[in-house]
Amino acid sequence: MTVTTGALSVGDTSPGFVARRMPRWIEIAIIVVAVGLALLVPVAAGGFRWGWALVVGALSYLVLVFGTSRVLEDRRQSTDRVMRVALSMAFAAVMLPLVSVAWTVIREGASRLDGTFLTGTMRLTPEDLLAQREGVAAGGALHAMTGTLIITGLAAAIAIPLGLLTAVYLVEYGRGRLARAITTMVDVMTGIPSIVAGLFAYALFVIVFGPGSRTGIAGGVALSVLMTPVVVRSAEEMLRLVPNELREASYALGVPKWKTILKVVLPTSVAGILTGITLAIARVIGETAPLLIAAGLAQETNLNPFDGRMTSLPVFTYYQYVQPGIPTEAGVARAWAAALMLVIIVAALFIIARVLATVLKPKGLR
Amino acid sequence: MTLLDASPRRSDSLRSPVSRLGDRIFSGLSKAAGINILIILAGVATFLVVEGRAGILGDTEEMSGSDNFLQYVGPLVFGTVYAAFIALLIAAPLGVAVALYISHYAPRRVAQSLGYLVDLLAAIPSVVFGIWGITVLAPIMSGNVYPWLNSNLDFLPFFSGTLSTSGRSMLTAGMVLAVMILPVITAISREVFLQTPRLHEEASLALGATKWEMIRQAVLPYGRSGVISGCMLGLGRALGETMAVAIILSPSDGYFWSVLTNQNSNTIASNVALKFPEAYGLDVNRLIATGLVLFGITFLVNALARRVANAGFSGADG
Repeated sequence: MTVTTGALSVGDTSPGFVARRMPRWIEIAIIVVAVGLALLVPVAAGGFRWGWALVVGALSYLVLVFGTSRVLEDRRQSTDRVMRVALSMAFAAVMLPLVSVAWTVIREGASRLDGTFLTGTMRLTPEDLLAQREGVAAGGALHAMTGTLIITGLAAAIAIPLGLLTAVYLVEYGRGRLARAITTMVDVMTGIPSIVAGLFAYALFVIVFGPGSRTGIAGGVALSVLMTPVVVRSAEEMLRLVPNELREASYALGVPKWKTILKVVLPTSVAGILTGITLAIARVIGETAPLLIAAGLAQETNLNPFDGRMTSLPVFTYYQYVQPGIPTEAGVARAWAAALMLVIIVAALFIIARVLATVLKPKGLR
Repeated sequence: MTLLDASPRRSDSLRSPVSRLGDRIFSGLSKAAGINILIILAGVATFLVVEGRAGILGDTEEMSGSDNFLQYVGPLVFGTVYAAFIALLIAAPLGVAVALYISHYAPRRVAQSLGYLVDLLAAIPSVVFGIWGITVLAPIMSGNVYPWLNSNLDFLPFFSGTLSTSGRSMLTAGMVLAVMILPVITAISREVFLQTPRLHEEASLALGATKWEMIRQAVLPYGRSGVISGCMLGLGRALGETMAVAIILSPSDGYFWSVLTNQNSNTIASNVALKFPEAYGLDVNRLIATGLVLFGITFLVNALARRVANAGFSGADG
């Protein structure tokens, strides 16, 4: 105990070298106090509200952790603890909208997602309109669902072969300036705002069908512009993962390059490619803006993508919400039901992508 | 000499082992697909220019609101950039924090699932976000938060003015946009944070740094360029986002700084979505021309993002 210079104290090992740590019971006490404050403060301020309780609880927890750690430990430890808490809270805060959206869509949409909704269109008879005024469910989205199927199908029919072949070119053949230019342009395409894709498709088909035309095929082309770069990117990534040894083994057996690609490279990466395609479909199936521009709104089923307007589920959702008709509740309820339908479709596509990724993975890598 | 002549051909035949008709067809097909991409992109630009030209140069008397194109597009550009900027201001810190949490704080076993949850946010269609924003978020904000901002911080020009009772203001739109672009920022940041060399992290911890100090010394500098390019990509997404803004924002004509009122500059994308279905004649061309402007802006932002990303992880040195 003779020489004590700062933290280095000779003959005494306990302080200095061993950082002081906050006892476990204090951490628990802090949680208890924060929860207590969260429950009490809003009541004292006039009425319990969940939002206030969350805010007060989070803030008081943060302050208490910082304060006690500052007193019992040191500045560096308290900063560390506060950041740990703050980062976890940021994550929780981001989960709030996700939970809220899911909850709201289910709560508002479930009641109207019924048989009438799935089998009817918006071509309402006078009886339907009367029934609607009395609060009876009327009107459906069958035309919008078929429209979404047709338009997305067209988009996929254009984007998947185009995207896959481009990815094959970039990975297996592409060298030099052309390949670099294509890579850059795929990047540019990824950044095209969806509404610009819609305007492009509209401008293109104005030349074919005349001004003011809105058709399913225009919608499909608009979506394919958005979908192609996603397919290229994911397929390219997957093809690059295929080990070169496989290609060399195939060449060594005298298999031509194109057959090597078709029989060795593509089957090896099929899981990843299909996952990528499914996710690309999930991305475009909820697109509203381009279809609003290029495909428009119709009140009944139109199965011909080359003639006349074609409603899709997102556009249906939008119009039922902003132009609900009379009474307002009926339209808004249809909008929420369509929104729920959309969310279910997207979620199903996500799950399919996951299942494909695990089921189709080559045996050695599983 | 014969030997030298033969050598290039030999190496060539090594690269494509057996050349057959099928080979030429297949390579031709895939090359054509690649070139097609270039054609489509050129087509997007060309058709927008062709159809939009009349909207810029045409007779303004024939359009609704007889101001010239610059006067027309100016407030829209302002609104677009302003909304995207607000979204970025909210989403960037939050997105980086979430990425850090997932990459360095969350328990290993659940980290991937947590990342998946954040990705789910990106999968929700924008029209759903729009009607959620106006029925859930807007009333909460205009009931609890906006009055407080308006009465306590109204010396700032952003929070002054007559409060919007419906909450259909710029700030609400910006917040919903923030939720929509956050997954982009998080996904890219998370990836670069995970790539931080283990040795950097361990060296920092071995010198006695706390976890947060380690993150500041090793992880954040290493991931800096990735974070920036993620934010730029998010910004590009926010600039072009349409439906959420179209549903939520209550637009007016002109430049408005305040983010809490019913008077807001509209964004280009939302303006097109609102006006296009009813537009005819030269108005259509003018809307297409604004689309061209939007294409230009997002192109610049995305090009910048790529440049930053390609500059590599230069932060690792300094």
